[in-house]
Amino acid sequence: MYRYDDFDRQLVLERTEQFRGQVARRLSGELTEDQFRPLRLMNGVYLQLHAYMLRVAVPYGTLSGAQLRQLGYIARKYDKGYGHFTTRQNIQYNWPKLAELPDALLDLARVEMHAIQTSGNCIRNTTTDQYAGAAADEIEDPRPYCELIRQWSTFHPEFTYLPRKFKIAVTGAPNDRAAVRVHDIGLRMHQNAEGETGFEVIVGGGLGRTPFVGKTIRDFIGKNDLFSYLEATLRVYNRFGRRDNKYKARIKILVHEIGAEEMARLVEEEWAQIKDGSLKVSDAEIAQYIAQFAPPSFETLPDDDAEFARRKVENPGFAAWVRSNVVAHKQPGYAIANVSLKPIGGIPGDATADQMERVADLADQYSFGDVRVTHEQNLVLPHVKKADLFSLWAELSNAGLATANLGYVTDIIACPGLDYCALATARSIPLSQRISERFGDLDRQHHIGELKIKISGCINACGHHHVGHIGILGLDKRGKEFYQITLGGDASENAAIGKIVGAGFSEAEVVDAIEAIVTRYLEIRDAGERFIDTYRRVGTDPFKEVLYGDR
Amino acid sequence: MAIVKHDTVIDNDWITLDAEGDLPAGDVNIIVPLDRWKAEQDSLKGRNGGVGVLLVPGDAPEDIAADLDRLALIAIRFPAYTDGRGYSYARVLRERYGFAGEIRAVGDVLRDQILNMHRCGFDAFDLKDDADTALAKVRAAMAEMTVYYQPTGDGRATAGSLRERRRAGQVG
Amino acid sequence: MSLQIVTANRLDDGLVVFMTANHGWSDDIHQAVLAEDQAHADDLLARASTRDQDIVVVGPYLIEVEASEAGIVPTKYREVLRTKGPSVRQDLGYQAGQ
Ligand code: SF4
Repeated sequence: MYRYDDFDRQLVLERTEQFRGQVARRLSGELTEDQFRPLRLMNGVYLQLHAYMLRVAVPYGTLSGAQLRQLGYIARKYDKGYGHFTTRQNIQYNWPKLAELPDALLDLARVEMHAIQTSGNCIRNTTTDQYAGAAADEIEDPRPYCELIRQWSTFHPEFTYLPRKFKIAVTGAPNDRAAVRVHDIGLRMHQNAEGETGFEVIVGGGLGRTPFVGKTIRDFIGKNDLFSYLEATLRVYNRFGRRDNKYKARIKILVHEIGAEEMARLVEEEWAQIKDGSLKVSDAEIAQYIAQFAPPSFETLPDDDAEFARRKVENPGFAAWVRSNVVAHKQPGYAIANVSLKPIGGIPGDATADQMERVADLADQYSFGDVRVTHEQNLVLPHVKKADLFSLWAELSNAGLATANLGYVTDIIACPGLDYCALATARSIPLSQRISERFGDLDRQHHIGELKIKISGCINACGHHHVGHIGILGLDKRGKEFYQITLGGDASENAAIGKIVGAGFSEAEVVDAIEAIVTRYLEIRDAGERFIDTYRRVGTDPFKEVLYGDR
Repeated sequence: MAIVKHDTVIDNDWITLDAEGDLPAGDVNIIVPLDRWKAEQDSLKGRNGGVGVLLVPGDAPEDIAADLDRLALIAIRFPAYTDGRGYSYARVLRERYGFAGEIRAVGDVLRDQILNMHRCGFDAFDLKDDADTALAKVRAAMAEMTVYYQPTGDGRATAGSLRERRRAGQVG
Repeated sequence: MSLQIVTANRLDDGLVVFMTANHGWSDDIHQAVLAEDQAHADDLLARASTRDQDIVVVGPYLIEVEASEAGIVPTKYREVLRTKGPSVRQDLGYQAGQ
């Protein structure tokens, strides 16, 4: 895991003091709200419906036990005892006071964390595979490159006032768990014909009002050249991205309007000018970062553990949790354990201070002090001995954190929606709670299998509804909440934007509508088909039929 | 209004001209919009006074790349501080074309953007404050951060290069 | 023309407040000053948007309300939520403490 050196530490402390000064200038009236807003946003401070909101960056979704414990402390000290993990692997606090925020940021800095660039029209926190460094299917651990991107993008003097926000995601595995095709830039590691590992550069994906799957502008860029290539891409965007209309300002619109080929040409032209400059990263430097993310000291173990096998047979609850929440690890005898933040009827992604501290302790005890945040709003203990899984599960159960629903119909992504968000047109959390309750029965969920429901409270699509197998978008129809359903979206390596199935539903109708869709799927699925497979085979018609009949 | 350059307040001895209109006497320093430079450069080049060009968002710094030895000053306008195109223009002028004259930030130039501007190659800042306030703001802004991750053409050592040096020192 | 009031968030703690008759601010919507016509509403908003107010509150705007014996209730659901706190955590809005 990357540890700050004195440079990183100094930078974050200076930033904290800078923000303290800015807050003081705001409170004294030296800065107007108009002047202060972008400064606070660049430090992760929003003004939401009820209060300020602080969004803390979890760089590439990786936390140490100590960091997660501190996040719990901050929830208790500056907030109301809880936090919300987001689809960008970050955490949000909903009730901080402006005057106290500089202290909160200082408390974050103590554990090498910050809220820098978690908002504003700049390069946001880079996200990646939550199983990085652990996944059995990984080509290479993407985190060293994510850390280099974090440093390159932090206070980039040229790219602090881009046309719009800018999100980069990286995957080091062929099974894309980081949704790289729906980011401003997606980087997919792969090997070229010479056997070198590098990155496919995908540009112009995104959700929001106008969803696009990104286009590849370069099939392969070597590791040493990645940063000059990113800089060239950002410079093209900074110069030519639209600034006349904020809804057309994302890079996806630029790529759409000029075409992927022209975009590639502009980037290549710019890159040719800077590729041999000071952004070229040497193998030696890369090696330093790879060393920072060296695997923990795994024990040499057989892959099978007799005790683990016996527990599964004896305890169906444990077996169910293993089946849904435990994933193959690259090290024999180890496993990746997902901690669901989606209890039945709960608020997706919320965790109390106690729960954060509990998971921090468990990470220290069972997972080399390593915790991950997923873009699906869950937590992960990435390196757990199979022999320890049963005790871990028992302890998670005691903390209400062992819901066995990963990837199932109740593992719902939901943005904060109108309960918290100033931009929302409808609530999303209560709807996710009702759906979760409707499908709460574990056997039923297992029977249904993988099904990703994603809910956004407005067209900004923070809840990724466009790429939900079933997506739900909350709208306002003459003062009433109203929900539009899309089908067939997919955030994986087979990325697809969902199709609107038909007229929307009222709050009272929408849960029944979801159940009707699921029931139909169960009727028509072929053996072994997931919902998304069936959808791809049959399209929307069978679902329209059950939703609208002859209408 | 005060212009701060190299840690002092300087007199503004430049006149910024519009796209059209009469030229002042030949020994007066003038800043002209890019289009006017393109249209009238033959006559402008013959003036005794200094000539500068004003770039606004949407202009291409490449258009004056061949003329830089004729220009003493390039002003880059920020119509709103949120329009960040000027940062790229300054870097291209300094780092790609080696422009060594003054690059002046004009328009919505505020304290909290000055350090970034300086990192991108601006060396003069036209603030809407009185001289003392302007100087105090520029100084405070420049002193706020001392660690830099990105290499630009500003001469500041990056964290990466300092780490490299430190490692080399340890080895040697 | 329906009734309107001015709402904003307090600068220092961010909480929801409503403009009162003396152009101060209260976290109790029932203390809000009612504008009965658009001219009055515009006038209130202008008074809420001065440089002096900018160091007291953030982002003042007008909302429509209905007033009855029972008090003042916003017409839009969004604004009802702002007076009550999150519907999913009604234990938490500052209103919960009252
Ligand atoms: S999708 Fe809309 S409602 Fe949901 S968090 Fe994003 S902006 Fe807010």
